[in-house]
Amino acid sequence: MRHAWLWVAAAGVAWALFPVVVRNAYWIDVANFYGIYALLALSLNLIVGEAGLFNLGHAAFYAVGAYTTAILNTRFEIPTLVLLPVSFAVAAAAGAILTRPILHLRGDYLAMVTIGFGEIVRIALTNNLFGLTGGPNGIFGIDRPVLGSFTIRQPAHYFHLIWVIVAATIWITLRLQRSRIGRAWNYIREDEVAAQAMGIDPVRVKLLAFVLGAGLAGVAGSLYAARMTVIAPERFNFWESVVIFSMVVLGGPGSIPGVMLGAFAMWVLPELFREFAQARMLVFGAAMVAMMVFRPEGLWPSALWLRAARAYREVGPAPEATSSTAQANSPIEGMAAPGPQTRGSAHG
Amino acid sequence: MQLFAQQLVNGLTLGSVYALVALGYTMVYGVLRLINFAHGELFMLGAYLTLSATTVLGLGSASALGGAPAAGGGNVWQGAVLFLVIVAIGVAVAVAAVGLALERIAYRPLRHSTRLAPVVSALGASVFLQNAVMLIYGPRYQVLPEGLLPAWSAPVFGIEITLLQFVILGISVALMVGLYLFVQRTALGMAIRATALDHEAARLMGIKVDRVIQWVFVLGPALGAVAGLLIGLYYRQINFTMGWTYGLRAFTAAILGGIGNIPGAMVGGLLLGLLEAMGSGYISVAWKDAITFFVLILILIVRPTGLLGERVAEKL
Repeated sequence: MRHAWLWVAAAGVAWALFPVVVRNAYWIDVANFYGIYALLALSLNLIVGEAGLFNLGHAAFYAVGAYTTAILNTRFEIPTLVLLPVSFAVAAAAGAILTRPILHLRGDYLAMVTIGFGEIVRIALTNNLFGLTGGPNGIFGIDRPVLGSFTIRQPAHYFHLIWVIVAATIWITLRLQRSRIGRAWNYIREDEVAAQAMGIDPVRVKLLAFVLGAGLAGVAGSLYAARMTVIAPERFNFWESVVIFSMVVLGGPGSIPGVMLGAFAMWVLPELFREFAQARMLVFGAAMVAMMVFRPEGLWPSALWLRAARAYREVGPAPEATSSTAQANSPIEGMAAPGPQTRGSAHG
Repeated sequence: MQLFAQQLVNGLTLGSVYALVALGYTMVYGVLRLINFAHGELFMLGAYLTLSATTVLGLGSASALGGAPAAGGGNVWQGAVLFLVIVAIGVAVAVAAVGLALERIAYRPLRHSTRLAPVVSALGASVFLQNAVMLIYGPRYQVLPEGLLPAWSAPVFGIEITLLQFVILGISVALMVGLYLFVQRTALGMAIRATALDHEAARLMGIKVDRVIQWVFVLGPALGAVAGLLIGLYYRQINFTMGWTYGLRAFTAAILGGIGNIPGAMVGGLLLGLLEAMGSGYISVAWKDAITFFVLILILIVRPTGLLGERVAEKL
């Protein structure tokens, strides 16, 4: 265990030297946005990976964080660094308020509602809600972060700000994974009924996942606003949610190194192939399919997830995954009692 | 009143197209529990292949297949009918082939993995198809030729309903009724229903489950392709990103009706079309999608499995 920490520390120091070694501002900025996406992927991982909740509208919380920072900074001149925790709180509150009424929805219905939220938020921002969001052009002139008398301007300085927060998030996620909450999330993910029988309140636990995940996405939004100094609603569209979602699933849901790798694959690799601008996205789409076909559990899955995926393949889906009925796993029972409210629904 | 009637017709026209696309989502979901996020792209492909077909066949006016334009109505109508039948069948077959390939390459290997993996694979396929079309046809809007159907309209309740709207409604409703009867009355339809109920049980009863799934990936994309053709005729401007927008709306329609439920997709589609038309007619065009999603969320809060979806979790 001590050796593992040594390795992590060494990797951290090496990464901290990245902007010193690579003096190219463009690539440092690629690393900056990698940090922001890693933060987003880590935050969505709490919802999708740990708690197993389908969320395809994560860009909404990212947007709430970015707009909180942008509006409060440009209107009241509150320093952007102060707005970092404020954005966390506002996005977390948005997560609680938006998802509380829909937490009883199952799998794909939840996915649909989160897509709906994402779109509603984007449309509201585009339509200049309360005259605050600046419409389709967004908000510009956001202040750069100030530390004492030092203003963060260069990509290399942003690099350290962003990656310190990513490191903190990784640490928090690690702590969460080993905590009561983390284990409750995993129980809910594996078998909601069994978890309930053990005294876990599914609504409370799911809500907590959404609150924390949304809050961290809000921090990512705040960092994005501080880095860009300009934000526009189109940045936070459905595609953005898809990318974040894919980072988690491609990397390995519930696995921190996996999620970091997923964010790398989805953000940095396409950057490397920029010169093939035209066909780049075509290859990207094909690569998404290929990665899933050859590594359906993700590039670097967690042991728990891998075990669940293997069991799923051998025994079949857990009852909750397909429908309510327990006989889904047993062909004999399934045949004996396909009552009207059992599985499936293609019938009229 | 006139606005209401006009929006009613517009809504039903659009809604019937949404319903056609929604059927593809709902059928795939019914048998595979998979949200086929690439289905919108198949719809978009239908619109683009219609464009190619009209170019290849040298169509540009309704008379091209039926003789000289001035030679009396009969020929013009013949041309239009021929166009609709030949091009629609061709496009549907081509898109169905793409649908089959999609199933084989992107979905079948993932049939037994966790439920997250096929979603990402579907999203990847969607990105691939979108960019393939963009590379072939270019990123700009493409315009379908004018006058593929005769410009004819009939006055109903003080508003004019165009031939195009009649055609869209007629073809969509005919296809929907046809699909419903097919699924209810034929042996293959029964096999599809059985597979949707329980793969293992269906297999034990001698149903070739793989074959059934392939048929679902033929029927859904074929219907989606016809919907793409109809939307192409309706708006005439098509773009490689239209699959996302329409796909999302049609998927919303499928959820609204209760995903996995065929009549539900039809009801959901028509309802969504009406909602959108009334929303943009009476409230605001800019907010119409937001209104739609808002209503969807409200409905799901009250009825967690959609309007016609069966109650899940009754036993839990």
